[in-house]
Amino acid sequence: MAVGKEIRTKVKSVQNTQKITRAMEMVAASKMRKAQERMAASRPYAQKIRNVIKHLAHAHPEYKHTYLQDREVKRVGYIVVSSDRGLCGGLNANLFRAAIGSLKQWDAKGVGIDICAVGGKASAFFKRVGGNVVAETSHLGDAPGISDLIGTVKVMLDAFDKGEIDRLYVVYNEFVSTMVQDPQIEQLLPIQADTEDDYSHQWDYLYEPEAKEVLTDLLTRFVESLVYQALVENIASEQSARMVAMKAASDNAGNLIDELNLAYNKARQAAITQEISEIVSGAAAV
Amino acid sequence: MAMTMHVDVVSAEEEIFSGPAKMLFAPGVMGDLGILPRHAPLLTRIKPGEVRIVTPDDEEQFYYVSGGMLEIQPEAVTVLADTALRAKDIDEAAALEAKERAEKALADRSGEIDYATTEAELAEAVAQLQAIQRLKKKLGR
Repeated sequence: MAVGKEIRTKVKSVQNTQKITRAMEMVAASKMRKAQERMAASRPYAQKIRNVIKHLAHAHPEYKHTYLQDREVKRVGYIVVSSDRGLCGGLNANLFRAAIGSLKQWDAKGVGIDICAVGGKASAFFKRVGGNVVAETSHLGDAPGISDLIGTVKVMLDAFDKGEIDRLYVVYNEFVSTMVQDPQIEQLLPIQADTEDDYSHQWDYLYEPEAKEVLTDLLTRFVESLVYQALVENIASEQSARMVAMKAASDNAGNLIDELNLAYNKARQAAITQEISEIVSGAAAV
Repeated sequence: MAMTMHVDVVSAEEEIFSGPAKMLFAPGVMGDLGILPRHAPLLTRIKPGEVRIVTPDDEEQFYYVSGGMLEIQPEAVTVLADTALRAKDIDEAAALEAKERAEKALADRSGEIDYATTEAELAEAVAQLQAIQRLKKKLGR
C-alpha cells in the first residue's frame, strides 16, 4: 500500500535522530558523574592553598607581593572558560552574554580589555565578535590536567607582572545542580585575601629560598588551581547541560513520532474506508 | 604516645594523603627536609622526588611528587604537589620514554631547545624511576 509512504520515511528519520540524542544523553550523564568527581577531587588543593594564603595574610611578610596589591585599573584581563563542543543548550550563550555584559561596563569606563579564551567555543566566539584575544587553548578533552592550563594562565600572569593588565577575571559556568548552571565572573588578581579574623600574635614563615620566589610560586599555583577548578566545573556544567538538552530533544522526537504515527494511521484508515466504499458502490452498480 | 602532626598531601587534581604522621621527609630546593612535629613555620618549594611519611604505627608511605610547595606549621604540614601520583600508578615505561626523549633532546643541540625545561624533565623522570624502584624493593621483601 503506497499510502503514507512519506510519513513513514519521516518517522524513520525522526527515530534515527532520537536514537542519537538518547545515546548522547546517556553518554553525557556518565561523563557528568565523572566530571563531578573530578570537581570534588580538585577542591582540597584549592582549600589548602587558600589556607596557606590566609596564613600569609596574617603573618607579616617582609615582602608584599604584587598579586596581593590593588592598583588603579587601566586595563583588565578576562579568562573565558567555555566548552569545546556545542549541543549543550544555552550554556555557552549564557556565559558569553554574562561576559560581554561585564566587558561592556569596563569599556564604558574607557578600560582596555585583553581576553584569554579557553575552549573551542570561546575562541570561535571572540574570533567572530572581535576582541583582543592574547591567549587561546582548546580541545582539552573531558579530563584536562593542570599542565594543559599552565601556559595560558602564564600569559595572563606575565601581563599582570608587566603592568599590562591591572585586574584578572575568570568567567565560567558554575555547577549548581544538574538543572542549573550559573555563569560566574570571579576576580583572580589581585588576590582578595580575607582578613576577617585577626590573629593577635604576629609571626612569619621562614622562606626557602627567598620570600619573593616562594610567594610567586605559591600565588601562581593558586591562580592556576582556581582556573583549573573553573575549567572542571565548566565541564561538569557542560555535561549536565548537554544531558538535559538531549533529554528534551529525545522527548520532543517521541512526541513528533506519536503525531506522525497518528497522521499515518488516519491516512491509512481513510484509504481503507475509501476502498471499501468504492467496492460497495461498485457492487451496487452491477 | 609519640607526638604526631597532621599531614596533607594534595595535588590540583586530587587529594593524595591526609592523616596523622610522626615524621615527614621531603625534597626541598635547599636540601632534603626531615620534619618532626612542632617545627617552626616554613614555606618552601620542593624538587621532583619522593615524599616519605612515617605514620603513627611506624609504617612508611612514599609518594612521588614532581615539584610543588611545602607549608609547615607546628601542628600541620601541607604538601601542595604539582603532580603527585601514587608511586604504583606511575607508568615505568612512560618514565623511561620521557627520560630517553629528554636525553635525545640534550644530545641534539642543533634545535631550539629550552635546556632548563629539558633538564627539569630529566630530573623528574629519574626521580619517578627511583620512586618505582624503591617501591618494588619494598614489595619484593
